[in-house]
Amino acid sequence: MSQRTVLFDKHVEYGGKVVDFAGWEMPVNYGSQMEEHHQVRNDAGMFDVSHMTIVDIKGAGVLAFLRYLLANDVAKLKDEGKALYSCMLTEDGGVIDDLIVYYMNDSWYRVVVNAGTRDKDMAWISKQAANFDVEIKEQSNVAMIAVQGPQAREKAIDALPLDVVEAASPLERFYGADCGEWFVGRTGYTGEDGFEVMLPESEAAAFWDKLAAAGVKPCGLGARDTLRLEAGMNLYGSDMTEETSPLVSGLGWTIAWEPADRDFIGRAALQAERDKGADQKLVGLVLEGKGVLRGHQKVIVENVGEGEITSGTFSPTMQQSIALARVPKATGETCQVEIRGKLLNARVVKPVFVRDGKPV
Amino acid sequence: MSEIPSELRYTQSHEWVRQEDDGSVTIGITDHAQGLLGDLVFVELPEVGSDLSAGEACCVVESVKAASDVYMPVSGEILAVNEALLDAPEMINDAAFDDGWLFKVQPSAEQELDNLMDADAYQEEIEE
Repeated sequence: MSQRTVLFDKHVEYGGKVVDFAGWEMPVNYGSQMEEHHQVRNDAGMFDVSHMTIVDIKGAGVLAFLRYLLANDVAKLKDEGKALYSCMLTEDGGVIDDLIVYYMNDSWYRVVVNAGTRDKDMAWISKQAANFDVEIKEQSNVAMIAVQGPQAREKAIDALPLDVVEAASPLERFYGADCGEWFVGRTGYTGEDGFEVMLPESEAAAFWDKLAAAGVKPCGLGARDTLRLEAGMNLYGSDMTEETSPLVSGLGWTIAWEPADRDFIGRAALQAERDKGADQKLVGLVLEGKGVLRGHQKVIVENVGEGEITSGTFSPTMQQSIALARVPKATGETCQVEIRGKLLNARVVKPVFVRDGKPV
Repeated sequence: MSEIPSELRYTQSHEWVRQEDDGSVTIGITDHAQGLLGDLVFVELPEVGSDLSAGEACCVVESVKAASDVYMPVSGEILAVNEALLDAPEMINDAAFDDGWLFKVQPSAEQELDNLMDADAYQEEIEE
């Protein structure tokens, strides 16, 4: 059964081309993915991300629970509203999902997980919570709109209710503010500044119209994908899965090894992999000539071995093709990619292609 | 609504075919097809002089979203390709039936042209 967010009628009204995404009928674009991409890099765009799952974890045992559940350490979060990116791992060190966790207060953390992994995430979190004094509650009547781009905050502030503006205006990057029924985070998945706004479903359509009136253009999931890839952000299910650890997914920086006595799920497996030395790494590729890199294309590194592209696309900002690829650890600065039987040269780079609107 | 010129012939795989006065045919993808693909960013054209059969994949068009094969609507020799597309693949989005043409073919079996759909049949095809 395919599901619709509360903004479905708005997507149709604004000319969205609706496709299936992880069981949800979502707009892939509203005419041109390319224009929407540039709109976010140069001005401000909005995405309906209401299909994502918001989970509140509350109770006296919440700190201990999340320090056990997540590979990153929520004990780092000292300030109210501060957000942290983390992986949630299997005992084997595979990635169940990546998520954002906000510290609200000592007995309340808010977690946002992917739509496509909702069921397994909820089952896993509930199972692991059995021995902790916590209450887990999914927020099901909440819509979420990401407003992204260099002008996003300014334009969003014109559209937000006054009491929310007061809380949202002073937010620093990677902080969120609870405003009663609304919640605003200065976070996103595009490599641009902006807000992610959670609000009651009943108010979502009116807020969407207000944002549009303030000059924020609707953007589809197509542009969201090219924007996140340019920013070098991983996509769950493509760049990391339960079969791959954070160490070979460019996510080593999200593992909090210290304090050494913190026991988190997957720690032993990751430690063993680290001691042995991970044999692969996730890198960025830039195609030298014309063509388009795509997921699952074979990467050949001369005298070293082979790897595979995990996500690839044409970068609208750089006007050439870019990709994330998992390659042998010894890979140097160049490689070749096999596209329809031909070997094309690519440069191996740090997996960040565009930052704050400019090629890196 | 997609535009469907009445003077052209069509395939189920969304190629259009225009019969020229000199007996050759010009081939491209339809406006409907470019709409499905979205912004085109790369085109791999067939080799001029190659002989290909009807139904054979001969060319690739890639949008930001996906790569898609283009099939030979009729058998024949590739006479020319639209090299302007190599630097400006977006011409297919802007003018699928005109500046966005892909290649020209000298058909080797003219009766194959009778297997193609007319505009009304193609219209019905894409409405299904």
